[in-house]
Amino acid sequence: MGAYQASMRVWRGDDTGGGLQDYTVEVNEGEVVLDIIHRIQATQAGDLAVRWNCKAGKCGSCSAEINGRPRLLCMTRMSTFDESETVTITPLRAFPVMRDLVTDVSFNYTKAREVPSFTPPKDLQPGDYRMQQVDVERSQEFRKCIECFLCQNTCHVVRDHEENKQAFAGPRYLMRVAELDMHPLDVLDRKDMAQEEFGLGYCNITKCCTEVCPEHIKITDNALIPMKERVADRKYDPVVWLGNKLFRR
Amino acid sequence: MVEVERHEYDVVVIGAGGAGLRAVIEARQRGLRVAVVTKSLFGKAHTVMAEGGCAAAMKNANAKDTWQIHFADTMRGGKFLNNWRMAELHAQEAPDRVWELETYGALFDRTKDGRISQRNFGGHTYPRLAHVGDRTGLEIIRTMQQKIVSLQQEDNAELGDYEARIKVFHECSITELVKDGDRIAGALGYFRETGKFVLFEAPAVVLATGGIGKSFKVSSNSWEYTGDGHALALRAGASLINMEFIQFHPTGMVWPLSVKGILVTEGVRGDGGVLKNSEGKRFMFDYIPSVFKGQYAETEEEADQWLKDNDSARRTPDLLPRDEVARAINSEVKAGRGSPHGGVYLDIASRIPVEEIKRRLPSMYHQFMELAEVDITKDEMEVGPTCHYVMGGIEVDPDTGAATTPGLFAAGECSGGMHGSNRLGGNSLSDLLVFGRRAGMGASDYVVSLKERPKVLEHAVDAATTMALSPFDEHPEPENPYTLHAELQQSMNDLVGIIRKEDEIQAALDKLEELKTRVHNVTVEGGRFFNPGWHLAIDMRNMLLVSECVAKAALQRTESRGGHTRDDHPEMDAHWRNTLLVCRAGGGDPIVPDVTVTPESQTQMRPDLLGCFELSELEKYYTDAELTEHPERSS
Repeated sequence: MGAYQASMRVWRGDDTGGGLQDYTVEVNEGEVVLDIIHRIQATQAGDLAVRWNCKAGKCGSCSAEINGRPRLLCMTRMSTFDESETVTITPLRAFPVMRDLVTDVSFNYTKAREVPSFTPPKDLQPGDYRMQQVDVERSQEFRKCIECFLCQNTCHVVRDHEENKQAFAGPRYLMRVAELDMHPLDVLDRKDMAQEEFGLGYCNITKCCTEVCPEHIKITDNALIPMKERVADRKYDPVVWLGNKLFRR
Repeated sequence: MVEVERHEYDVVVIGAGGAGLRAVIEARQRGLRVAVVTKSLFGKAHTVMAEGGCAAAMKNANAKDTWQIHFADTMRGGKFLNNWRMAELHAQEAPDRVWELETYGALFDRTKDGRISQRNFGGHTYPRLAHVGDRTGLEIIRTMQQKIVSLQQEDNAELGDYEARIKVFHECSITELVKDGDRIAGALGYFRETGKFVLFEAPAVVLATGGIGKSFKVSSNSWEYTGDGHALALRAGASLINMEFIQFHPTGMVWPLSVKGILVTEGVRGDGGVLKNSEGKRFMFDYIPSVFKGQYAETEEEADQWLKDNDSARRTPDLLPRDEVARAINSEVKAGRGSPHGGVYLDIASRIPVEEIKRRLPSMYHQFMELAEVDITKDEMEVGPTCHYVMGGIEVDPDTGAATTPGLFAAGECSGGMHGSNRLGGNSLSDLLVFGRRAGMGASDYVVSLKERPKVLEHAVDAATTMALSPFDEHPEPENPYTLHAELQQSMNDLVGIIRKEDEIQAALDKLEELKTRVHNVTVEGGRFFNPGWHLAIDMRNMLLVSECVAKAALQRTESRGGHTRDDHPEMDAHWRNTLLVCRAGGGDPIVPDVTVTPESQTQMRPDLLGCFELSELEKYYTDAELTEHPERSS
């Protein structure tokens, strides 16, 4: 495959408004969408705003929507599109636009701060932690998360429902709760808070989050559904229910 | 006059990678109020890209490991130019720093008895790298990010404000340090989002800004690596050392061109992967340098035996220190035995089972599949050297991280000395933890000891904001910042790269002079709101200054050692071993001041540490006069 001229449409604007702008740009073999955005910057629009860091799929900074699908710009090869196809790049829809492709993702940092931190047993000394590989693997899968926020962006609970943002932490932070709940040495009980404080009940397991995850984490199957089961065991187990009635904490 | 937002803190940490965050944790735990300022979003720093692991002699995989052996490996890796006190502190304290991460919630891979698993790596005698698959850096940054959140939660519980003691200022770039007399008084920067200026008034600043790789075309580094800390320190009167030593990681991707330079972890070789040339030969056996003769396996059988059992054979030369492997690959390609795209082959597919590859090297599998359409469980990878790490950096006191400017501290990649002329893989993550903590400690002690806080002078702020805004002015012959950057990268890559020559370095210096003139005319379009062209124009100042340090020091050092290879001076020279080339800046152009390079010698190693090595090994590196205190001689 040789070089060709691609038609790109990029959303330009800020919080007051904006629109799609057309660019014709050279594309070479093996290039990813971020390369093309950089070429537009270097040759046609020096002030085109885009957030990126590693360009290797490890930092999760360059999240945007490509032809309407939430993706990392650095991990989407131009060869996935037909040479004659116009490729449209727009900012993440669930977060407020700052400028061009850069959005205000502070919602995620706010939610991160609300999840109670890892709580080890009080008397366990550094160096004395013992865990089996099979036991850490469950939480390790969730710790592969690069915080690109694509799952947060795509989840329909908040994507078109700003009003749910208060009560719903989103897949990334519900997965964080699950990660800590499954940590072999965490002593905090996180089941009630998952439901009551972070809105686990809003999730109706459509797996959109899993589909867009660039790390291929099975967010729904391995984090959210097991967490829902743990909550259900607590809430609807008749023995636990009776215990709670009799010995109200 | 330009509007400037103001904040007052005890300590300002610039950079939110591993070193910066560990410094923040330390200063906060000592009761100080800390601002952490980062060019990116919180949790995106370059540390996420560290793959293989974090070196610490915890003895989990081999009980014979000790801090002394880790120390000795580090010195050997750096060809004995390292600051030995830093190497000593690093080896002694790394295990505690790793165990501490578990108390913050880190989940490392485990041994069968439930302890932290440790893997083999280049230059390390024993399996020593705590790791999480091949995404160890991500685990470390996320762990410290979450520790900072937990400290903020404590502060919120106590004081009703998450940000009472730690505040993260993200997407904020510092353009200048501000001094009161010779002491640090604060730091001035701008928010990338709005382009508005912000002044941090603080008696102590910790620089933790990472490296300089974005001055080179083929690099494993992210856009942030523009040498900001190095340049800020120079302009604040501090000195840099070892700037000629740049690590070219032997295994970067080479194809497709657009991903050239992206890192392929040394963990591939640690887990049994081998380098081969176009003839299918495992060529590393031909490249064991004389100083390492006897320490490495000489046949394929012995190398493979070592992978199974460290104690029954010598280590594989595929895991020689990175400088050696990078040069070997370079030589094979030059000799015409390279791969189609100018690299060599790295084979893991024929070495370990498919499932093991996917389990131990998931991000490598993923990276090659998605970016190069290569399935590493079936086919060989094509790899070649990529600019990865700068050994050189801000000259600091080993125990406190203090730079030569009072109130200025540095840790991690932007500091110099610890790794000598070449860093061992795995010693970077441990460096961050050990010296991040020490810089946080040093800065806290300094602030507490102050009788009177330094004051920020207004004219310094005005001068800095004016300079930062100059790319918006009209210039007679406007220059595009992206063009200047590309020219700098090409020049440094071609002329001050992995193999250097006097005339080429001179040509690079001429090019730098030209770019220093042209940078005055850099002109950007658009406004101050999130304008990448403007951001790059400001970063160019730092890249040019730091590149000049690299080139000038490379020109002066007329020997080859570690990350500095001179084609015209191919031998290592014992008389150069103890000489540090110290860079300082001052005078000349205010945008990119002049650099001077002065040779200075470092303190001799303590006799008890000399005793960690056999005399016969040291004789390969040291002059005879330097070894009179070695225990084998003095007894």
